[in-house]
Amino acid sequence: MTKRKLVVVGNGMAGARAVEEVLSRGGADQFDIVMFGDEPYGNYNRILLSNILSGAQDASEIFINPLDWYAENNITLHAGSPVVKIDRAARIVTSEAGVEEPYDKLLIATGSRAFIPPIPGVFGPDQKLKSGVFGFRNIDDCNGIVAQAQKSTRAAVIGGGLLGLEAARGLLNHGCEVHVVHLAKHLMEMQLDTPGGALLKASMEKMGVNVHLEKSTTEVLGEEHVSGLAFKDGSTIECDMLVVAAGIRPNAEIGRSAGLTVERAIVVDNHMRAIDDPDVYVVGECAQHRGKVYGLVAPLWDQGKVFADHITQRNLDAAYHGSKLATKLKVMGVELASMGITEPLEGDELIQFSEPKKGTYKKLIVRDGRLVGGILMGDISKAAFLMQAFDRDSPLPEERLSLLFDFGAPSQKVTIDEMPADMQVCNCNGVTKSAIGACVASGAKTTKAVMDATRAGKGCGSCKSLVGEVVEWFCGGEVEEDPSVHYYVPCVPLTKPQLIAAAREQGLKSVSSIFQALAGGVEDAASKPALASLLATIWADEYEDERDARFINDRVHGNIQKDGTFSVVPEMPGGVCTPDELMRIASVAVKYNVPLVKLTGGQRIDLVGIPKDQLPGVWSDLGMPAGSAWGKSYRTCKSCIGTEFCRFGLGDSMGLAAKIEKRFRGIDSPAKLKLATTGCPRNCSEALIKDVGFVAVGDGKWEIYIGGAGGAHVRKGDLMCTVDSEEDAIALGGRFMQYYRENAKWRERTYDFVPRIGIERIRAVIVDDSDGIADALDVAMQASVDAAYDPWKEALAPKTANQFASVIETAEV
Amino acid sequence: MTTKILIGSLDQIPKGEARNFMVRDREIAVYHTHAGEVYATQPGCPHKMGPLADGLIGGATILCPLHDRLFDLRTGQNLSGDCTDIQIYPVSLTEDGRIAMELEPAT
Repeated sequence: MTKRKLVVVGNGMAGARAVEEVLSRGGADQFDIVMFGDEPYGNYNRILLSNILSGAQDASEIFINPLDWYAENNITLHAGSPVVKIDRAARIVTSEAGVEEPYDKLLIATGSRAFIPPIPGVFGPDQKLKSGVFGFRNIDDCNGIVAQAQKSTRAAVIGGGLLGLEAARGLLNHGCEVHVVHLAKHLMEMQLDTPGGALLKASMEKMGVNVHLEKSTTEVLGEEHVSGLAFKDGSTIECDMLVVAAGIRPNAEIGRSAGLTVERAIVVDNHMRAIDDPDVYVVGECAQHRGKVYGLVAPLWDQGKVFADHITQRNLDAAYHGSKLATKLKVMGVELASMGITEPLEGDELIQFSEPKKGTYKKLIVRDGRLVGGILMGDISKAAFLMQAFDRDSPLPEERLSLLFDFGAPSQKVTIDEMPADMQVCNCNGVTKSAIGACVASGAKTTKAVMDATRAGKGCGSCKSLVGEVVEWFCGGEVEEDPSVHYYVPCVPLTKPQLIAAAREQGLKSVSSIFQALAGGVEDAASKPALASLLATIWADEYEDERDARFINDRVHGNIQKDGTFSVVPEMPGGVCTPDELMRIASVAVKYNVPLVKLTGGQRIDLVGIPKDQLPGVWSDLGMPAGSAWGKSYRTCKSCIGTEFCRFGLGDSMGLAAKIEKRFRGIDSPAKLKLATTGCPRNCSEALIKDVGFVAVGDGKWEIYIGGAGGAHVRKGDLMCTVDSEEDAIALGGRFMQYYRENAKWRERTYDFVPRIGIERIRAVIVDDSDGIADALDVAMQASVDAAYDPWKEALAPKTANQFASVIETAEV
Repeated sequence: MTTKILIGSLDQIPKGEARNFMVRDREIAVYHTHAGEVYATQPGCPHKMGPLADGLIGGATILCPLHDRLFDLRTGQNLSGDCTDIQIYPVSLTEDGRIAMELEPAT
């Protein structure tokens, strides 16, 4: 294939990144690449200009791609050579210096420039900025500001947005008195609400920056050189230098003169192509997508990927869907992160914390369980988590307090330990904790090496220290990293709530579809039962039961023994059976020569040692329902005598046990559920140490205890509530079980789950319906109850081929 | 010289599961993976003779139901690092979906 020619107009962050994306897709084999840049340099990280201004970094440190890079990648770079004409008919671009380059495909990435408001006196007679007045947009601006600051005593900055404040902070380092002049009522009004703006003002002033709000500049004073500013309210300030940071304007003129549709910027489709010409792509701040023009770095990375996928034909369906905006302020001494909207709409949930004395302010706006806006000041330790939740629109933990604070996590180390592997450390470049881990594992042992290889910390730079800490953590050697500890199953990098959300969203109803959609098509044997349980829980009768995903116990409905035989436990609610049933059990034991007949701890009779192929016969002869004694599921409900014969009984424990068993039998759960009812607080049936225990206390009332255990752990259950009737006991017990089913980790028994969540929290959700989910829990449990069936009926209608065959005889041919 | 024996048809084993077949007085576990492949191994786990055909299949691996020993069905290699390897038998599918096996062990 003959190579085509890709000409890129613009050598800023967008243009260079887009080209890198093309190269990473093997684009060098498809295209000869030519780039034009206005500035006489390679490509640098514009976001870090404020670091150069403050002296934190040297100009040489912010280059992303030095000139060598272009040569190494066979890219022809015309640096310092602005393009002045695009002839779309002839497909030729022409630069100011007269260089002409024909193209097959064109990328416009001209970015934007500082907006200089037309204030009288801001320009000199030559129409250039008056002496001492600067924009703040490129390396030359930066060098000019630094040079001027050396000889200045009072500097003014017009603009109290992100850039203006970063400039102001930088100027302080050069010994100037600094004044920020802002038109709006508070600083950073795009990203902050009024209290946040006030707090930021206080922080800036504490640092030594003078802040003037609601000041409309009417004139830049001074004959030759700037000497001050005059305002609409008649006041003035003196200054001997001025930085104008009043926003940016897209460099879209080149598009207009080329006959492309330009509104605020050049209008593009979802493939980042100009809507008028399929051979012209536009990315970055000069592009307008669905009416939006972005001025932050993250959208530009996304756009670059879509462009590269499309132009290399790697993915012709690649589409950009817009970006959500989140930002951090890089001002030394001020910790600030902001995302989305700043004020709640009606019906939104507002979560706020304010401690002005410490400069801490946190405000989150939640809509439908999702984060739609947030402001963090002072303490931004939760910023990475929240920004990710915001960006991905993922459901938030129900524990709202944990959104604002890390309890019990005093040191950073704990935080990195607990950071999920898929958490983004660098939001600009989408680098996760696990990606950094992989990079360290492949031999990069320094922060710089990791940053070079992954680009982590090379976007806005605000995460650099965190990247360093994560790298250090991975290099720690002794630290055992198991990124999967937070996953529900190790092969799908999602927590249980995330996994449930994904399964619901994508309609994944079978274990094999989960592997296909969420685990890259790789099956993990050990994960199958956990996934089957979860899907059965959330889909009830819609669950697509693939028997191969079930542990053998759930395939043949008995508990496997060490010799490969199985145990058979018929249902016996509350430990009660009829004499007839008892005789049948005895007959079966004789007929099948059952090696062991044993009473279980759950007040039932266990027939142990039955070969697989005898199971259907045993079940049929018993004529009793399955006792669910083998699975991660509701097992049984034991009871005492209750009121019928016992002289102390206060409630009908046997009756309630039977009702509970009939309702919940066979319901899947994260681990086994053993229940009990007891007719009085003497606790003969040990209800106080059950997963769910019901204790009659008289007058028809029942106490419900949860999280008890009498096994490997011994734990007395926590009293969840006292109810007035059997119906309420069943309803609330069931609601708790559903909450446990949806929220517990795989194999996490209630005696771990209840202390982990906290009894107060559980009581609030289950009894007081604090989260408004009680109805949903009840509905979900009812769906599972309705979907449950007696699996021993498979004796007559096997579910799979040779389901109960111990061995298949070969009919040789 | 090895002999190929037709031991049964693939539809006797549900996808993703395994069954034991009696092949000339020898019990052999035969596996039918989700990818539609077929494998055969010795029936008992070397650790405590757990019935491998009752285990869980993941890709081309088998997890013993008793104590979670994991083996590669293609090679017989123990993957969990806590057990000896298992015997595998060469097995293939005929065009009409029948399972053909060579009785001579491959390893």
